[in-house]
This record gives sequence, structure tokens and C-alpha cells, in this order.
Amino acid sequence: MVLASMMGYGSLARDSGLSFGVSVVSTATVWGLPGQVAFAELFAVGAPVLAIMVASSMANLRFLPMSLSMLPLFRGDSQAWRWRYILVAIMSINTWALTLRHGPSMTQDQRFPYYLGLCIVCMTAGLAGTALGYHLAASFPFYVTVSLIYLNPVYFVFLFSGVRHRNCILALMFGAVLGPLFHLISPEWGLPFCGVIAGSAAYWIDKRMAPLKGDGETP
Amino acid sequence: MSELTLIGGLWGLLVLVSLSTYIWRAGGVLIAARIDPTGPLSQWFTCVAYGMLAGLISRIMLMPIGILEQTPLADRLAALGIGFVLFFLFKRQLLPGTLGATAVFLILTTLRAKGVI
Repeated sequence: MVLASMMGYGSLARDSGLSFGVSVVSTATVWGLPGQVAFAELFAVGAPVLAIMVASSMANLRFLPMSLSMLPLFRGDSQAWRWRYILVAIMSINTWALTLRHGPSMTQDQRFPYYLGLCIVCMTAGLAGTALGYHLAASFPFYVTVSLIYLNPVYFVFLFSGVRHRNCILALMFGAVLGPLFHLISPEWGLPFCGVIAGSAAYWIDKRMAPLKGDGETP
Repeated sequence: MSELTLIGGLWGLLVLVSLSTYIWRAGGVLIAARIDPTGPLSQWFTCVAYGMLAGLISRIMLMPIGILEQTPLADRLAALGIGFVLFFLFKRQLLPGTLGATAVFLILTTLRAKGVI
């Protein structure tokens, strides 16, 4: 999955005029498709350096609450905790969502190897995908590239459809409605506001609803 | 673009972009070390993360930027709808939904490119 969507990015990067090296390295160092797409597309239209930085940074603001909510899982393992700044650098939506889902039921010392393995697989696939996409770009018709890019959000829709905790489900529903609306108001600041408002509303409503039977601890 | 040569060309730009992305990740680490991992604040941040991701993905689906923008909204939603049908048919499995939706989307965009629809 990661391979295929990064192939989409690879071919986009080539069309945007990025060099092969920069395209592949950007997958590893930015490691978040929306930020990478912003980088490639703004570069292609010759946007100012500051604008490219701000746009790709804002596209990746989600990593703040993401790393915050994932790290507590690794706190009990001193070896993993020492690597915390690396752990968050290799985190993607994919590895984050899977770790939040499966991590809590593992013992402390199982989580670090699980997460590391997951990240290595995803990173390898991402790098291979970018390289492949870059080299195959010329032979890809538009409808293939665009379908590879489409694969990415679709995958996340279904990944999140498996979320079980009520407050998280509420946050997803509110976010899905508010995201596009807030984007219309402000393309730069819409997303952080959407997250804070949707997340707070979900958290608050969940607290006021009757506790669910069998609903475990929130991840 | 003279600015670009000033910061060391394309590689310089990549370093700047990567750092401006990494600050959010590092910020998460700094805050995570200071709050109670099972407390309400940590739960609230998880909700915010989900809210932000849902907002992002729904925005990409409904109002994409870039090459997805050139595809009709109807195609993106129809493919997603069929994906959901498959998702529930296959007992909420990730793969049938994802692959099904992408396949339908590929077929629709291909037919449009060939002028069939």
C-alpha cells in the first residue's frame, strides 16, 4: 500500500522537476505524503522558499498530537524511550494507527520491536515506491498516477473505519465534517482548528455520555 | 528562483522542509515527557489527532489540491462508496475496501481519459 502510494508521489515529484535523489530522500526525511505533495507541487510552480516551508510544515502539523498520543506507549521501556526522537521521526499515519490499536495489548518490551519492524517495512516500501514511481513516471498515463495518489486517502478511510473507541470514533466523525468546512475558511489554519474543535467536542461528549460497557481504556 | 541558490539549491530546500516538518514531531516528544500518559490531557490529544486526520482525509477526498483536483468529485465518491460496500461485505476488512475503491476509481478515470464517459 505504502509502495503504491509513494509510486504516485515519485511520479509526481518527477513531473514537478525534483531530482531523483531529492525525491527519494524527501520520502525518508519528510515522511508524510501531504507535506511531500505540498513540497513537490509548490516547487513546481516556483513558490517562494518560505511559502514551501510553511505549507509543507502546516500539512504535517498533525504529527504533534500524533507523537504525543503514541509516545506514552513507549514510556515504560527505557531503551525505547532513549530513542524517542527517532521513533517520532519514522512515525507515519500508518504506523501510528496500527501501534495505537495493537500496542496497548502488548507488554512494554514487545512494543518497541513491533513498532520498529513496522516502520522499517513501511519506510522500505516508501523508498522503493518513490524510486519506482520516479523511473516509471514517464510511462504512466495520467489516470494511473492519479489513481495511485487516490489510493492513499482511501486506505486511511478504511484504516480509520476499524477504530473502536467511542471518543476516537466521535473525533473522526466530527473531523470528517469540519475538515472541508474549515479548509474553505482558511487553507493554512483550517486543519489545526478542525482537529482541536473536533477532538475537544468528541472528548467532551464522550465524557458526558454513559460509559460504554466493555469499552477499555482509551489508547 | 535566486532564493533557491541562496539556501544551497534543491537539497537546501529539502533540509529546510524536513526540519519544518520535524519540529511538530519533536514538539510532541517534549510535551509527552511532561504529561500523565493515562490522564485526560493525553486522551484529549489523541482525540485531536483523530479529528485532524479525519479532517485532512475528508478534505483530500472532497476538495483535493493538486492532480486529484482534476478528477470529478462524483468519481472519487462513487469509488469510495463501492469500497464501503466491499468493506462491509468482507466483514470490515481493510484490503477489499481499499483495493475495490481504487480499482473503481482507476476504471472511471481511465474511461474518462479514453472518452468513453
